[in-house]
Amino acid sequence: MKKIMMIVLAAITAATMLAGCAADNGSAGGSVSTDGSTSMEKVIGALGESFMANNQGTTFTYNPTGSGSGIKAVLEGRCDIGLSSRSLKDDEKSEGLNETVLAYDGIAIIVNPENPVNDLDLETIAKLYTGEITNWKGVGGSDAEVVLIGREAGSGTRDGFESITGTADKCQYRQELTSTGDVITTVSQNPNAIGYASLASLKDSVKALTVGGVAPTEDTVKDGSYVVQRPFVLVTKDGEALSETAQKFYDYATSADAADIIAKAGAVAAN
Amino acid sequence: MKQNKKHTAKPIEAIVHGVFLVAGLITVGCVLLITVYLIISGLPAIKEIGLIPFLFGKVWASTAKTTEPSFGILPFILTSVYGTCGAIVLGVPVGFMASVYIAKLAPKKLKAVMQSAVSLLAGIPSVVYGLVGMLVLVPGIRKLFNVPDGASLLAAIVVLAIMILPSIIKVSVTALEAVPKEYEDASLALGATEVETHFKVSVPAARSGIAAAVVLGVGRAIGEAMAVMMVSGNAANMPGLFESVRFLTTAVASEMSYSGGLQRQALFSIALVLFVFIMLINAALNFFLKRDKEA
Repeated sequence: MKKIMMIVLAAITAATMLAGCAADNGSAGGSVSTDGSTSMEKVIGALGESFMANNQGTTFTYNPTGSGSGIKAVLEGRCDIGLSSRSLKDDEKSEGLNETVLAYDGIAIIVNPENPVNDLDLETIAKLYTGEITNWKGVGGSDAEVVLIGREAGSGTRDGFESITGTADKCQYRQELTSTGDVITTVSQNPNAIGYASLASLKDSVKALTVGGVAPTEDTVKDGSYVVQRPFVLVTKDGEALSETAQKFYDYATSADAADIIAKAGAVAAN
Repeated sequence: MKQNKKHTAKPIEAIVHGVFLVAGLITVGCVLLITVYLIISGLPAIKEIGLIPFLFGKVWASTAKTTEPSFGILPFILTSVYGTCGAIVLGVPVGFMASVYIAKLAPKKLKAVMQSAVSLLAGIPSVVYGLVGMLVLVPGIRKLFNVPDGASLLAAIVVLAIMILPSIIKVSVTALEAVPKEYEDASLALGATEVETHFKVSVPAARSGIAAAVVLGVGRAIGEAMAVMMVSGNAANMPGLFESVRFLTTAVASEMSYSGGLQRQALFSIALVLFVFIMLINAALNFFLKRDKEA
């Protein structure tokens, strides 16, 4: 459904483009185009929907191409706002791009409440997931095989977890489940399981590990001390004014009003 | 000729006839549409990957970033075949004996209770089977066999075996009840006991129907997605009884929502392979049913 909607939205954008600049100056309509990170699909999709609902006649488009392509698209003026699920690199900033952190994607590492392990560091988590450590004994737990629970290929949470821990394509998953809820249920059922879930959907039936001694909370994610996280960034061009509608969307997305929507989409709002 | 005249004489009759025809065409049209759509969307990926590497490749890494993505579905095909066979091995003996009991041996009241229980079992949504499997069966297997994780081919087989019971029992009971009473009376008159009669006369007489029931069970097992997705673990491993496995159905279902490009096309190709399997099973079913009618 989402894909179909995107195609429709893309078609609408194309149509408005053909219609020319008239639409930009028009008072009623106007459009915002975003391009970039596929991981931000949920957050940006929810924001776009509510923005369109609040501003009748405006169109919002999102082109899921990946962070790199999104940054490039802003630079080349192919979209209003770029979306990136990593901070901009210095050379990207020097090319005249600005970043505004929209939200943080905090990922909690969860184990069964019976598991005696309470804390792991990032490196150990990576070692567990790549199969370098296969027994809980190796990290101070009981003598039992580690059962790795993850998400399906293409999931934003999986992409986030693997890119933060540097384990892309190397995870030896025992189970690949299709929802955060399934991951939490499975971990709560198996004393030797470890899994990951977005911070917003944590439940009491599992224990969230501290990573390097820092517990995952909204505050530690915001101040950056909890390391299993990444920013969701809005990328704009330095010194170039956004179109009226794009500015309106930018203001809306970074306002406190949007925080609820962002939280519902599973991320921690920055503002 | 006479009938034709009748039609023209009653225009309402003709209209109703047309309505039924349209309803029938809708069904046929849906099947055709799905078939054509699957073939059109399933072939490009097979062409790009190559039929042999696609069907016999052992590695599925559709979203690999650091390495070249690979699209081999042999693990899924074997898992679906093993899983279905396992479900048949467990489910058919139970279903068969249950249907003999219901059709021939059970007292009237018990028969009514058992039949409504079977109908109820057929009506339970597959997600409920999956949920119960996830919360009861998976931890149970983990403890019983002392394996690190219970989500495995075995769990899927057990869930599937239970799920195919209603189809097997219902069709078998119908077949057994259709055996002419004279056959059984003759056998009893010759001095055979009741049980001998059922197994040596009634069951052989109903064998085509029972075979159709088994094939129907196979079709149900191979097409099930939701319940097995929740208990089988979904890792793309080659099948092993206690291994986390992915079926053809779950391969499509689990990755479809976020997929794109060649990965998405390959998922359609998997659906096409599954479709071919189901077509073969349907052909087998038709064969048995036809033989049943002729017999």
